[in-house]
Amino acid sequence: MLATLLIVFREVIEAGLIVGIVLAATKGVPRRGLWVSYGVIGGVAGACLVAAFAGEIAPLFEGSGQELFNASILLLAVAMLTWHNVWMASHGRAIAQEMRQVGVAVATGQRPLAALSVVCGVAVLREGSEVVLFLYGIAASGGTSATGMMVGGAVGVLAGAGLSALMYLGLLTIPARHLFSVTSSLITLLAAGLAAQAVAFLQQAGYVEALTFTVWDSSWLLSDSSVVGRLVHTLIGYTDRPTAAQIVVYLLTIATIVGLMRFQRSRPLAISAKRSSAEIASEHGVGIRPPRSARATVTN
Amino acid sequence: MIEDFYWQGISRMRYILPVSVLITAFLTSVTALGADDLSFELSLKEHKFTPSELTIPADKRVKLTIKNLDSTPAEFESHNFKVEKVIPAGGEVSLYIGPLKGGTYGFFDDFHEDETKGTLIAK
Repeated sequence: MLATLLIVFREVIEAGLIVGIVLAATKGVPRRGLWVSYGVIGGVAGACLVAAFAGEIAPLFEGSGQELFNASILLLAVAMLTWHNVWMASHGRAIAQEMRQVGVAVATGQRPLAALSVVCGVAVLREGSEVVLFLYGIAASGGTSATGMMVGGAVGVLAGAGLSALMYLGLLTIPARHLFSVTSSLITLLAAGLAAQAVAFLQQAGYVEALTFTVWDSSWLLSDSSVVGRLVHTLIGYTDRPTAAQIVVYLLTIATIVGLMRFQRSRPLAISAKRSSAEIASEHGVGIRPPRSARATVTN
Repeated sequence: MIEDFYWQGISRMRYILPVSVLITAFLTSVTALGADDLSFELSLKEHKFTPSELTIPADKRVKLTIKNLDSTPAEFESHNFKVEKVIPAGGEVSLYIGPLKGGTYGFFDDFHEDETKGTLIAK
């Protein structure tokens, strides 16, 4: 039961932190809950499918199907997070401003939300398929009773979700003015970490063959298999024994995202960001109630 | 004004060299499948690795094939040499590791972490 609890807790936190950051990054954006839910539900469904067909996926691509699959969904998430950040670079200011205005609906495009929905889905899919496989393995080997597994799993989910919720609430205490720059930085590091993880899979599958030597070993300081180490691993991609290729890709990802954000910001404000609140309101129906966050900010 | 532009240009150019070095380094690192074929095998039966202690050459990239003879899925994993791969019940997977410095490394089945462990020695 304890084994089930621990592994479920571990995987739920990993997915939950990413969902928490996404939720904080989209504070004040209407219908984000719906999109994030789509992502999470899609991820759970996908995890069950992946687990059910694990036997079929593995032999594809001469046995490196798992790595290619993992690397692809990781890189997909990196692309989506980059898109979000670049989009926020031009619209973030507008959104933060709208949030401070009285009774104005915050109107934003739905596209970045779809992208973040994919990110949540991918996070849940990865961690979820591990949980399903693990539970199946335990159940099949008869190591523990069904009740023990159910209880352990449920407690694991609750504890993991609880910790993720705390992290989300912690992020929300940041004033709206700074929230987007904090979440942008978090998302940049998150994306760089995911890219470095993708490299690890490509190395393991033999697709990246040079620069695969380990650059340093900081496991004496913070092991990435410890609880704190895993959190830092999920958040910023910390690895206690990174390879040179991982470090190169990590830095390149940060440079690319920061570069694109600067470029986007240096361009004159996009028309959509400059539109008056009245225009936006008329487009989306005047009666829209501003999100709670917008109302709350006003009283400050 | 003109000076500003000048210095901006210089400060942008500063990035060109390191960035292009990084890109080149990355591109040369992405090559086709395994050049050398130093292969080693492991099998997994009744949640035990055979051999439970495997010796590989240090500072060499090595291909490792693991057969799962059990009827439950396993996940071959190591914190020390950073691999993570699910092996379906009755399945077989291959993966590449290293080059590793001389030393002792641990690996395990993540789905049965307490009972299913092994040691990898690089020398």
